[in-house]
Amino acid sequence: MMNMPVSERSLGPAAGQGTGQPMVRNDNAQHELSVRVRDLNLWYGETQALKNIDIDVYQHNITALIGPSGCGKSTFLRCLNRMNDLIPGVSLQGLVEMDGRDVNEARMDEVALRRRVGMVFQKPNPFPKSIYDNIAYAPRMHDLVSRKVDVDELVERALRDAGLWEEVKDKLQEPGTSLSGGQQQRLCIARAIAVRPEVILMDEPSSALDPISTATIEDLMDKLKRQYTIITVTHNMQQAARVADYTAFFHLGELVEYNDTQTMFSNPATKKAEDYITGRYG
Amino acid sequence: MSQSFDEISAQLRRRHRKTTRLKWMSMGALGLAALFLVVFFGDMLAKGLPAFQQAQIQVQVDYNERAAELPLAAVQEDVRPLVSRGYLRLIPGRMEDNPELLGTTRKEWVLADSAVDQYLKGHHTGLRDGQAAVVERLQADGRAELRFNSGFFTRGDSKMAELAGIASAAMGTLMTLLVTLAVAFPIGVMTAVYLEEFAPDNRLTQLIEININNLAAIPSILFGLLGLAIFINVFGVPRSSPLVGGLTLALMTLPVIIIATRTALRSVPDSIRHAAFGVGCSRWQVVRDHVLPLALPGIMTGSIIGLAQAMGETAPLIIVGMVAFIPDVAASFSEAATVLPAQIFTWAGEPERAFVEKTSGGILVLLAVLISLNATAVVLRKTFERRW
Repeated sequence: MMNMPVSERSLGPAAGQGTGQPMVRNDNAQHELSVRVRDLNLWYGETQALKNIDIDVYQHNITALIGPSGCGKSTFLRCLNRMNDLIPGVSLQGLVEMDGRDVNEARMDEVALRRRVGMVFQKPNPFPKSIYDNIAYAPRMHDLVSRKVDVDELVERALRDAGLWEEVKDKLQEPGTSLSGGQQQRLCIARAIAVRPEVILMDEPSSALDPISTATIEDLMDKLKRQYTIITVTHNMQQAARVADYTAFFHLGELVEYNDTQTMFSNPATKKAEDYITGRYG
Repeated sequence: MSQSFDEISAQLRRRHRKTTRLKWMSMGALGLAALFLVVFFGDMLAKGLPAFQQAQIQVQVDYNERAAELPLAAVQEDVRPLVSRGYLRLIPGRMEDNPELLGTTRKEWVLADSAVDQYLKGHHTGLRDGQAAVVERLQADGRAELRFNSGFFTRGDSKMAELAGIASAAMGTLMTLLVTLAVAFPIGVMTAVYLEEFAPDNRLTQLIEININNLAAIPSILFGLLGLAIFINVFGVPRSSPLVGGLTLALMTLPVIIIATRTALRSVPDSIRHAAFGVGCSRWQVVRDHVLPLALPGIMTGSIIGLAQAMGETAPLIIVGMVAFIPDVAASFSEAATVLPAQIFTWAGEPERAFVEKTSGGILVLLAVLISLNATAVVLRKTFERRW
């Protein structure tokens, strides 16, 4: 089996708990494949950070990645838009497939990939530009829009979708950094959706925010999943339980369990996941 | 058994005394430094300020046929040695330009000889007793006085102290620095951008890095030797020209600009780079649109300070021939020129008393320019500093 190309390896139900498909399907959700990951291994120098990850992420769902610190969930997230390329000494093996293409293949342009896979970071990081330019920058750069009216419209739509329009419509020329933390994070989400990506990666998007802002972000994620596939890393298990359709539990670089969220939190299939969820470690 | 407050206080007293002593010592050091500054500036001002004034005397000028041949004949014999020869020299030319002057006699304020100037400023001069008496008589009549010396700023160097000015040196400095800036700024910034944003971290780049840091510490005269060997001997750049001086100083300024730019680039938080990469910027777009604008105030500050340093530099320019007697303002980048510090150096070597104040006056101008450059750097940094 090891000699077969990874993309062709079959994944039967017996493939184990780290299997690509969740143990139980969430029947309320759609099940179009968005990102397919097979046998993904990643090393930081000599240290292996991800071990044989197999996972299928479905469109128009929120998939939460949970697990104790250093378990590899953020590293895995960054594999999906090749942000790991920026870190020196990272080597990677395996398949990350999107739209029938291996994102790591030589012909794949990481700039094109990141247009389709947006990202929201842990700490709100708006550009030190005006609110308007924060949104307009990327679509202009990608030549999605050029006429002023189109840009205006796109900025408004992105800000509306991010639930920020009413709060900032009168101060679009003020610096993005003048907003509150929660507003800044929604600005970053608006910036990400302004280029109409298919997948949005969120790396602990609310861990730097207060509870009220966190709730706003969670509501927003719930709305956005109608149009986008959201993959979010979270430290907060309640958050995963509240927002996610699917939950993947990582431990020491392995994907221990991938399950629909309800089952994961009520009746996890693995002992490790159960221990983590019930607070025995992590 | 624990100690009482009194016992602890007794021990503490020693420590407090040490603190106090250290405080006084550091304040003493500061005071010494301040005293030195005051003495230095005071001395420079006292010696240099008179250079901005120059003696003029009112004499009767006869524009006659004889003066066209022998300019000395234009003024009365008693004041003849008191008038600047530089002024007399111009008389035939002026008569040629304005023929109506011929045959007239006018009372004119003319530039006095430097000996008169020094005498009026209370210095011992080479005036003979008889001449000194004439000067005093003129002064009593209100026909000899010290006036603002605009010539100091509009004329080039001269062997006659009353005519010597800093114009050619100031222009030379400007042209030299333009060359330095045009060469060192783009090369330095691009080098730093490559090293900081593009280069992989390997042996080669580490070697380059170490060498750049070492370059910043090399005695500047060696850059002069390099300039002589490469620019003049190999490439045939005209010696003494602002071009060769600027190129030489650019070599010297490059490491300063590279180091300042790298520091500025490094101070841009990675979160900005990640945000830009996250929306699909290419590496060049990340640098151009996000990193460079944020680093620009730091880059400008570093470059201005590098330029200020280059501006005060004399040693490498001696070797490429820019320390010389250059009376005329250079008309192009390939003509002979001199720079302010070199001009000061030249004047400092002149034996005449009158050049002492020229030297100090030149230093004052140089200091004023340097201080305003550094102030610009500070203002730039304060104005464009952005928070994120």
